[in-house]
Amino acid sequence: MSQHPTTYVPKSAFGKWFESRLPLAGLIHSSFIAFPVPRNLTYFWTFGAILAFMLVAQIVTGVFLAMYYTPNAAMAFQSVEHIMRDVEFGWLLRYLHANGASMFFVAVYVHIFRNFYYGSYKAPREVLYILGVIIFLLMMATAFMGYVLPWGQMSFWGATVITNLFSAIPVVGDTIVSYLWGGYSVGNPTLNRFFSLHYLLPFMIAGVVALHIWALHVPGQNNPTGIPIKSGKDAVPFTPYATIKDIFAVVVFMLFFAYWVFYMPNYLGHADNYIPANPAVTPAHIVPEWYFLPFYAILRAIPDKLGGVIAMGAAIVIWCFMPWLDTSKVRSTAYRPLYKQFFWLFVVVCFLLGWLGSRPAEGWYVIASQICTAYYFAHFLIVLPVLGFVERPLPLPNSILESVMGVQKVGAGVPAGANAEPSSKG
Amino acid sequence: MMKRTLLIAAAVLGLSAPAFAAGETPVPPQLKWSFQGPFGTFDRAQLQRGFKVYREVCSSCHGLSYVAFRNLSQPGGPEFSEAQVKALAAEYKIQDGPNEAGDMFERPGRPADHFPAPFPNENAAASANGGKAPPDLSLMPKARTYERGFPWFVTDVFRQYSENGADYLVALLHGYEEAPAGFQVPEGGHYNHYFPGHVIAMPKPLSDGQVEYPKNEAGQPQAPETVEQYAKDVTAFLTWTAEPHLEARKRLGFQVMLFLLVLSGLLYFTKKKVWAKVGGEVEGHATPPMTHNP
Repeated sequence: MSQHPTTYVPKSAFGKWFESRLPLAGLIHSSFIAFPVPRNLTYFWTFGAILAFMLVAQIVTGVFLAMYYTPNAAMAFQSVEHIMRDVEFGWLLRYLHANGASMFFVAVYVHIFRNFYYGSYKAPREVLYILGVIIFLLMMATAFMGYVLPWGQMSFWGATVITNLFSAIPVVGDTIVSYLWGGYSVGNPTLNRFFSLHYLLPFMIAGVVALHIWALHVPGQNNPTGIPIKSGKDAVPFTPYATIKDIFAVVVFMLFFAYWVFYMPNYLGHADNYIPANPAVTPAHIVPEWYFLPFYAILRAIPDKLGGVIAMGAAIVIWCFMPWLDTSKVRSTAYRPLYKQFFWLFVVVCFLLGWLGSRPAEGWYVIASQICTAYYFAHFLIVLPVLGFVERPLPLPNSILESVMGVQKVGAGVPAGANAEPSSKG
Repeated sequence: MMKRTLLIAAAVLGLSAPAFAAGETPVPPQLKWSFQGPFGTFDRAQLQRGFKVYREVCSSCHGLSYVAFRNLSQPGGPEFSEAQVKALAAEYKIQDGPNEAGDMFERPGRPADHFPAPFPNENAAASANGGKAPPDLSLMPKARTYERGFPWFVTDVFRQYSENGADYLVALLHGYEEAPAGFQVPEGGHYNHYFPGHVIAMPKPLSDGQVEYPKNEAGQPQAPETVEQYAKDVTAFLTWTAEPHLEARKRLGFQVMLFLLVLSGLLYFTKKKVWAKVGGEVEGHATPPMTHNP
C-alpha cells in the first residue's frame, strides 16, 4: 500500500493537518481509489470482494447470535431453538449465519480455483498466496468449531471424530486431545473452549485478510492473460471501475445466498443436528459439512490413522509449495493447452473426492477414494513440475491492452513504443 | 433342476433379508404439501386437525417441549383464538414453585407455558417404553430425512424439495405391516416398511376412525378419518412446530429476492455505463497512476 506514492491532496485545512500526522486518507486513496486494476479482469476476480463481504456478514450475524446463544452442554441446543422460535428475526440471523458459512466456502473455492487456473500463486505473489492458504486453514477451524456449537448429534459426533484425529500424533497426541476436550471426552469444557475460539478466530482471519490485501497491493492483481500491467493503458483505476463491478457481483452473490437462506435453509446441514447431542447414541453415518468432504475422503482413503491424518493435512499444506512445484514460465492456463486439460481433470477429481467423502467408507468407495487421492497428490507432485518442461505454451499477447483490443487495433492506435513510455501520472 | 433353482432362490432370499434390513430402506413417496415451494403456507384447518391427532394420540408418549401454548394462536400456525388457547392451557397441570413455603405445587397451565413432558424424566420415559425414551416431536420433520442420492440431491435444490422429513414421517406412520417371511422381528419391536432397519420400538400408533375430526355444515367430518389423513395432518402440524416461522420466512424471502433482483439490475446497468468509458477511442482517460512494474 505504502509503495504507491499517492496523488491524494487533502483539500480542507483539517484534512491537511490530519494527513501530515496520519496519512490514512492517502492510504485509502492509493489502495482503493487510484490503485491500478488490470482492465481485462473477469468476474472471477470479484470473489475477493465477495469473500470480504461474507467475512463481515458472518461476524455481524455471529455477534448478534452470541447475545442469545448459551455455550453450555445442557442448554446450547435449547438456546439455539430459543433463537429460532422466540428471538425477533432470530431464525433469520441463524439461517444467515449457518448458510453463510457454506456461502463463504463456495466463494473461497471459486477464489482458490481461479488462482490455480490463472497461476496467481506464482512469483511475485507467493506470499500473498500463502497468506490465502493460512486464511483458508483458519476458516476451516472456525467453521468446524461453529458447527459444534448447536450441540446436536452431528455437532457432538463430528467433534468427537475430528478431535480424535489428533491422538494419531505420536507421543504428544493424547495430551493434545485432552487439551482440546478439556477433559477425557467431548463435553461441556469442549463446547466452552470451542465457543471462545469460534469467536476469536474470525478476528484472526480479519487480521490475515489485511495482510493478504496488503500483499496484493504490492505486485497488483494478476489477470486472465497472466502478463503484468505494462502501461497505464492496460489498467483502470480501482474506483469507480472495480468498485462498481465488485458491488454488482456482491449483490448477485447475495441473491444466491438469499435463495438458500429463505428457501432451502436446512439443505446444506444435516437432519441429525436437529437431534440433541447424545453421547450414548452414535449416528448411522458421521459426515462433516459438504465443504470438508474432499479432505474427509482423503483422510479415510488411507487405511492407517496417522497416515490418513498426514494425508489430509498434506492435501492443504501442499498448496503452499505450488509456486515452486509449478515449473511453467507461463502463468495463465489460457495459454497452456496441455495443462488446461489437467486442470479440469483435477477439478473433476476434487468433486469426486467430495462425493466419496459423503459415502460410507466401504466397498468400492474406498478404492475410488484411494485412486482419487493418489491423483490429487500426483497433480501437485508430478503434473505441475513435469508439464512446465514438456508443454509448449501458446504465444502470449504483448500487452493486456492487445489481448483486449486485438493486435490490429493496438498496432494502429498505439505507437509501437507505447509499452516503453512512462505512463501519464495525474 | 427346477427344485434346485428354487432352493438357490430361497437361500439367496434368506441371506439377503438381513442385508436388506441393515442397509436398503425403501424410498418414501413424495406428497403434495400446502407449505412446499416458494409461496407455501400452512393449511390452518389441517394444522388444527394435526394438533388434535398429536394431542389425542402422540402426546401420551411424545413431548413437544419447544412449543408453548401461546404459539398455537400466533400468526403462521394453526391460529387458534387466544380464548381457545387460554382454555386449552388451563386443561393442563403445570408444576410450579417453589412457593413461599418452599413447596412445589401444581397449577393450571397458562398460554406462556410450554407443553408439559409426558414423563417426569428420560429414565421414566425409557422404562415405560421398553428401554428407549420416545423422542420429543417438536423438531421431528427437520430431524429426519432419507437418502436422496445423485442426481436427485442436485435437482432438489432447483425444485426446492425440502419436505424429505415430512414425506418420511407420513410413510413411517402407515408403514406398519406384516414382516416378510423369514424376517425375525425381535421382542418389543415392530415391523415397519420405511423405518431404517425395519424394526421400530413404537407400535402402530394410528388406526382408522381413532380421532374424531370437526364436522362441516353437512355434518360430515372435515377430512377423512383415516390413518392416511391422520398421518398427513399430524405431520403438517409437526412441520409447523419444527419451523414456526416458515410462512414469514418464505414471505420475506420473496421480498428480499425481488429487492436484490431489481438492485442487481440497476447495478448491472450502472456498471455498464461506467465501463463504457473504458476502451473504444476514449482511452487514457482512465489511466491510473502507474507505480509498479514487476
